[in-house]
Amino acid sequence: MKKLIITMATAALFSSTSALAQQSAAVQADIDAFQGYFLKTYPNLSLQDFSKGPYAMSDDKMMQFEAIMEMPPFEDLLEKGGELWNKPFANGHTFSSCWKVSDEEIRTLYPRWNAAKGKVETLEQGLIDCLVSNGEKKWGTGKGKHAWVASHLTTLAEGQVINVVVPEGDAAALAAYNDGKRFYWAKRGQLNLSCANCHVGGSGKRIRGNTLSPGLGQATHFPVWRGKWAKSKGDGFGTMQRRYGGCNKQVRAKPFKRHKSQYDNLEFYHTAMSNGMEISGTEYRE
Amino acid sequence: MGKIKLKPKAKKGVIKVKAIVKHPMETGLRKDKKGNLIPANHIDHLTITHNGTKVVDADIGAAVSKDPYFQFQVAGAKGDEITLAYKDNNGGSGSATAKSK
Amino acid sequence: MKRRLFLKSAMATSAVATAVGAGLLTPSMVFASSAKFKALSDAANSSAAGAAEGTFKFKAPKIAENGAVVPLSVDAKKLDGVTNISILVKSNATPLTASFNFTGGAVGFVSTRIKMGKTSPVTALVTSSSGVSAKTSDIKVTVGGCGG
Repeated sequence: MKKLIITMATAALFSSTSALAQQSAAVQADIDAFQGYFLKTYPNLSLQDFSKGPYAMSDDKMMQFEAIMEMPPFEDLLEKGGELWNKPFANGHTFSSCWKVSDEEIRTLYPRWNAAKGKVETLEQGLIDCLVSNGEKKWGTGKGKHAWVASHLTTLAEGQVINVVVPEGDAAALAAYNDGKRFYWAKRGQLNLSCANCHVGGSGKRIRGNTLSPGLGQATHFPVWRGKWAKSKGDGFGTMQRRYGGCNKQVRAKPFKRHKSQYDNLEFYHTAMSNGMEISGTEYRE
Repeated sequence: MGKIKLKPKAKKGVIKVKAIVKHPMETGLRKDKKGNLIPANHIDHLTITHNGTKVVDADIGAAVSKDPYFQFQVAGAKGDEITLAYKDNNGGSGSATAKSK
Repeated sequence: MKRRLFLKSAMATSAVATAVGAGLLTPSMVFASSAKFKALSDAANSSAAGAAEGTFKFKAPKIAENGAVVPLSVDAKKLDGVTNISILVKSNATPLTASFNFTGGAVGFVSTRIKMGKTSPVTALVTSSSGVSAKTSDIKVTVGGCGG
């Protein structure tokens, strides 16, 4: 409880909104409905169980997940992400200097509404901004070292509670949230599917050989290491927005560029739906 | 080829030896984008030594996964030395030693 | 010349034969590990055919999430004098996947991850003081829908 209060206070302090901003009532109602749906559909699962997604719904899959997690294939690059996080820039500063909170608390500061800039900020974009403000060259996003460093922060944040706040009374913040919500529920692509079609209504169901993960809890374990991303030359790591692009391509919709309003607002809504859940760290997925 | 991650951990008289050996484990039956067969390149032999004595001697086939993971269990205690050594079908080899934690 | 003819006829139906015939694989690459391993595989196969029903624990998934990384574990610690644990995948090109020999303080346990080309029965073969015993599990390998 104490950790929750401290985290909430910290999140509010650094979210560039009025101190201890209150959650919009409309947003809280959405969260309650979203989580309520999943808790009712899977009565034997607790809120935190959803962070294991499809593995929580099948003993057979959980067995394979645990076997791989005995010695995860991503440990080396995750460590490298940590080394890059601590490596000083040419000007002597490190990434840590861009944030006032301790490293473990950075992940759950995001996504957040920046009232001054009038946009949603994500951790991944924050890493790029930090590089630029320290005179370093931008990194490619979504994969490679960008994903390793973001994963390092997710691993450090294990146990921290997700608390995305859309400040009550802030119309612009609510508009961005609603933009993300609309995206989540809108059908798109040749296959005419929305995120919700698969990850709410279709959660736990099979799509050919895969089991669809529930939308609730996805935000607890990104960036993620995916077996599919590790075939041939890939190293397996990918950020949330890398996955958004992949999912859009899979329904044969044109993916959006990462870190533009569409995916930023989507991440805002999508992560808020998992409010109250703990970050579970960097994990394996198939 | 090569990098070996070896983590032996002793508990109640048994050392659990967990290891991942970085290796492409090509079967020789896969084709590249141009349609050419990618030559076989896989670990074919692996040993585990405990305080200098060989305890596991394995013949490994190409159907073991890429960057293979193994777990063995050996009677032993904290501080015991475990060595993993491997050979591949092209004459390549590697080894790593670690003290059980 | 004789060697090339022998290779072509001995492995007429395999992809390896094409490669050898085209000069892409030298005989030494094909024979060095293959021959010995193929012999081991044939021996393991016959052993499995005559084996008693195993009492050891064989952990394997029913539906493999990823055919390239199928985790398996064989726990025969309750058996005395385990000297070998072998894994056989019936539908693979060479059924024997690996053969682990144990001596001294090594106990009858192994956990690893294997590649499976398609759905297949997978057999864990254990050789101990009480003889050879086997357990077979059917592992389904599917094509991923989201994984591609």
